[in-house]
Amino acid sequence: MASGDMAASGAGVEDNYLTHSHGFKSWFFTLDHKRIGLMYLVSILTAFFLGGVFALLVRTELLTPGKTIMDAETYNRMFTLHGAAMIFLFIIPGIPAALGNFVLPIMLGAKDVAFPRLNLFSYHLYVAGAIFALASIAMGGVDTGWTFYTPYSTTTNSHVIAMTLGAFILGFSSIFTGLNFIVTIHKLRPAGMTWFKMPLFLWALYGTAIIQVLATPVLGITLLLLIVERALGVGIFDPALGGDPVLYQHFFWFYSHPAVYIMILPGMGIISELVSVFSRKHIFGYKFIAYSSIAIAVLGFLVWGHHMFTSGQSAMMNMIFSALTFSVAIPSAIKVFNWLATMYKGAIHLDTPMLYALSFIFLFGIGGLTGLFLGALAVDVHLHDTYFIVAHFHYTMMGGTVIAFLGGLHYWWPKMFGRMYNETLGRIACLIIFVGFNTTFFTQFIMGSHGMPRRYYNYVPQFTPYHRLSTWGSYLMAVGFFLMAGYLLHSLFRGRKAPVNPWGSATLEWQTSSPPPHDNFPEAPAVGDPYDFSNLEYDPSLPGYRRRGGPKA
Amino acid sequence: MSFELGMMAAAGETGGSFWMPPEISTSAAGVDWIFYFIFWISLFFFLLIVGLMTYFVVRYRRPKGVEAEGAPSHNMVLEVTWSVIPLILVIVIFYLGFKGFMDLFTSPQNAYEVLVTGQKWKWLFQYPNGYVDENLHVPVDVPVRLVMSSEDVIHSLYIPAFRVKRDVVPGRYTKAWFQATQAGDYQIFCAEYCGKSHSDMLAKVVVEKPGDFEKWLEKASNFLDTMPPAEAGARLYKTRGCAQCHSIDGTSGIGPTFKGVFGETVVMVGGAKVAVDENYLRESINEPQVRVVAGYQPVMPTFKGRLKDKEITAIIEYIKSLER
Amino acid sequence: MSTHEHPDYLGHHFETPQQQYDSSKLGMWLFLATEILLFAGLFCAYSVYRSNHPEIFVYAHQYLDKTLGGINTLVLICSSLTMAWAVRSAQTNQRRGLILLLSMTLLFGCCFLGIKYVEYEQKWKHGLLWGKRFHPHTEETRSHEKTAPSAVPPAIASQPAPVAPPPPTGEDRSLIEAAPRGPAGLAAGAIEERKPGHEGSRPSNVQIFFGIYFLMTGLHGLHVIGGMSVIGWLLVRSVKGHFTSEYFTPVDLGGLYWHLVDLIWIYLFPLLYLIG
Repeated sequence: MASGDMAASGAGVEDNYLTHSHGFKSWFFTLDHKRIGLMYLVSILTAFFLGGVFALLVRTELLTPGKTIMDAETYNRMFTLHGAAMIFLFIIPGIPAALGNFVLPIMLGAKDVAFPRLNLFSYHLYVAGAIFALASIAMGGVDTGWTFYTPYSTTTNSHVIAMTLGAFILGFSSIFTGLNFIVTIHKLRPAGMTWFKMPLFLWALYGTAIIQVLATPVLGITLLLLIVERALGVGIFDPALGGDPVLYQHFFWFYSHPAVYIMILPGMGIISELVSVFSRKHIFGYKFIAYSSIAIAVLGFLVWGHHMFTSGQSAMMNMIFSALTFSVAIPSAIKVFNWLATMYKGAIHLDTPMLYALSFIFLFGIGGLTGLFLGALAVDVHLHDTYFIVAHFHYTMMGGTVIAFLGGLHYWWPKMFGRMYNETLGRIACLIIFVGFNTTFFTQFIMGSHGMPRRYYNYVPQFTPYHRLSTWGSYLMAVGFFLMAGYLLHSLFRGRKAPVNPWGSATLEWQTSSPPPHDNFPEAPAVGDPYDFSNLEYDPSLPGYRRRGGPKA
Repeated sequence: MSFELGMMAAAGETGGSFWMPPEISTSAAGVDWIFYFIFWISLFFFLLIVGLMTYFVVRYRRPKGVEAEGAPSHNMVLEVTWSVIPLILVIVIFYLGFKGFMDLFTSPQNAYEVLVTGQKWKWLFQYPNGYVDENLHVPVDVPVRLVMSSEDVIHSLYIPAFRVKRDVVPGRYTKAWFQATQAGDYQIFCAEYCGKSHSDMLAKVVVEKPGDFEKWLEKASNFLDTMPPAEAGARLYKTRGCAQCHSIDGTSGIGPTFKGVFGETVVMVGGAKVAVDENYLRESINEPQVRVVAGYQPVMPTFKGRLKDKEITAIIEYIKSLER
Repeated sequence: MSTHEHPDYLGHHFETPQQQYDSSKLGMWLFLATEILLFAGLFCAYSVYRSNHPEIFVYAHQYLDKTLGGINTLVLICSSLTMAWAVRSAQTNQRRGLILLLSMTLLFGCCFLGIKYVEYEQKWKHGLLWGKRFHPHTEETRSHEKTAPSAVPPAIASQPAPVAPPPPTGEDRSLIEAAPRGPAGLAAGAIEERKPGHEGSRPSNVQIFFGIYFLMTGLHGLHVIGGMSVIGWLLVRSVKGHFTSEYFTPVDLGGLYWHLVDLIWIYLFPLLYLIG
């Protein structure tokens, strides 16, 4: 039944990157970017699960004021570990290292990333960093918050050194991934793949990689200083020795604010792909979207001071950072309007990835707009370090990045594993997560603007109803995630075989078989406009898309 | 869920709006005005985005196999428009936010000054006459400036009803100011994470009616005359720094605990045994290095000249009251 | 640049040796950028503290040995020369020259570390160390030390207990009478008053300078060791005859790295040793 290049996945025993070789070593020491991407995927999903469990414990504790299930010291460790696991182990490597590693070379039409050994090394660094982080948890955890603010972090007796060392190593893993991606995009584009023929996801990964390479070293030196401060008492951040604790905050946010764009930019890239593919229409304003990714990457470096509006820095600095912060709003707004314009007069298909894309626009819309409140100096003074902030960054990080990641995961799942998941369950899970998410975090906006400070174990009774609603929402979200885990795992064994191009995408990864062979392409792919769908037609027998006039299944 | 929402409405403080707590300082109304200005702009754009999105999904939803009818993929005028309009709006918002911030930042010359110390995990407020209290009492309709420093890690003084927040940093002084507009009790939070009891690092601002503040301060400052000595001692214990090293629950800190110590016989550094009585306690306060309890470092500073006799007596009475 | 043959050293995913060479070079430049940014953090810390407390830097830099620092600068410049020459030898297929020049570079590296060790030892002997290890007893400060046996109060950070530490000797900081004198800038000056006043010309918080000195030179020293390991590895490979005029990328990249390490020292030397 199966014949021709477009339906190779129908064959019985095939040679693809999953079956190419066997055994633990063939995976753990592989140089194949697809396998490395897959190992990253498994690792980050484990971290996501761990971070999620910490989150549920935190939310459960906050069900009532005072003690619900744990004491204050445990609670402080829980929210710290939730933040550290989610940020360093899940979101930052999430889209670039897991999905990006798998997709980037294929989308580009290359055989691999520029430095496969460095790529593997960066995964091994990730594992090493994760081991340090886990060791710190096993020794009793860290209670500083994921921001490790001095002098608290230099005086607490929890296991800060192991955790910061872990984050330091993870930073280098991130640097090497970024470096690899930049060189790959510069030097490994095949003939015909010009800069403006590149899919927008690659533009986004390129912008992300620039930030990874240029910002992460500063995190490295900051964490190194923190470690020598704790271990040797160097005194750079210690006011008792003439040091300056606020300098630490500058250093930390010089990395960690751009890191926010490491998280969101690739998410925006995914959404650009999804909106276009599932509207069956060329992306609107390609160049504006591409340039806005780079603009966000550049501007992201100049706004770190907005985390310190209340720290006592001068009014002049506050003014400059506030102004620069607002400038980031423009490229973000451009993207959203371009996505809407893409949908206009499209032929919209509400498959699971598209539902995530729509959720993204809704949730990131709220996340982005609430950023305006925080950029405005006078209002930020009131909202800083309250639940309003917590809600804001969950709407951008989770409502933005995680939702985009899930959209991308569902989009590329058939390509990665050659199997289709259950579409109905996919849509239901997306809906449950959407409702649960809003219930959890929208309430936090309200209690935050009423003055509920963050990182509070205990709270004044006035806030009890909000906290209860928020906790219930988080349970609902958990149900959604477990449902998703269920049908995705099920699809690996029982899922329908995926066609080459189930969604009708025009980017190169959909020209090779699902899953792709070891060398990505049996023969060089035909590079064209990544958003021109006119050459594809729907074939209900696959069901999926094939090249117009190509061989029938 | 509707039950929860109902409770939420009931739980709101009196006088606040849906989004903001009551406005009790002169700056609060300005901050809230900017907040609501941004809120309505945001709501407009949110409804525009989600409205268009929903409309497009309903209007252009097609079964599989149907392709798009096609529309231009680029329109310079449109793209420049939706770049420039947000740009103008954020410039306006930036300007309003900055102007509001300068009002919050610049305190009037004639403000009444209170010194604030943050430490794990409580606030101490020192008035110009030297009196230290655990809550902040201020007169209504008078500008008050807080000059703040921390004893240990970074804290942040936050009074939602006044829309005031400022980090309290060790090794330097930060300032905040406000002018309360309405008598009553309002919550003070610590907004910068500072460890185990961060969420219990609370205090009250008590805004006193005209004339009441001076009366309160005079009465409070004379607590040695008006309170029983043990109670006065308890207050000194908290406000004069004893609590940093000496616990009252039996755990040993940098110094020995006060609990049940009175009347005991204690071994000193060097092996001598000493019965803890009034005279030993008095000596330990005035000349702490003379006889140090075995197992502790001689690190206590002298309080000679810094505590009046009457205060020392009150502290001793307080220690006597802490039975095993 | 033939696309037909696929030499051993060419990765399967590259089309031509030129593409591989260009990729490696770009990758190396990016890596060097990250290294510079790693040091940039320390340079920032240096600028912040120097602009806030210039007197500390002017005073403390006298304790650094300009002669040894100067010799070390020369040593590194020479090593850069031999390294550049080594790359040239590799390009022109001169295997013996390559081996000789790499060995010389390695020797200069050892020389640098040796001199650095002598300097560190002097600082150690005189107690001119970082933060809480700062207990100076040089000729100049010794007379003061006699009158003030515990000149440096115990550091808050050194107390492991979660309990708040005792108020430092002399003053109770909860009586914050000094409030209006609080500093406005980034750095803290409030603890200055805790220092005993009889230390004469020595400004307070000198330990900040030595903290920065050891951090910057220490991190640089680690990079020198890293660079030397790379050169050692290149030496082994050139003895084995891996490099030809066709393929000398590792020598080229190792050279770039070594030049960066030198360059950082060229900045460190005047910033730390030659403060006017």
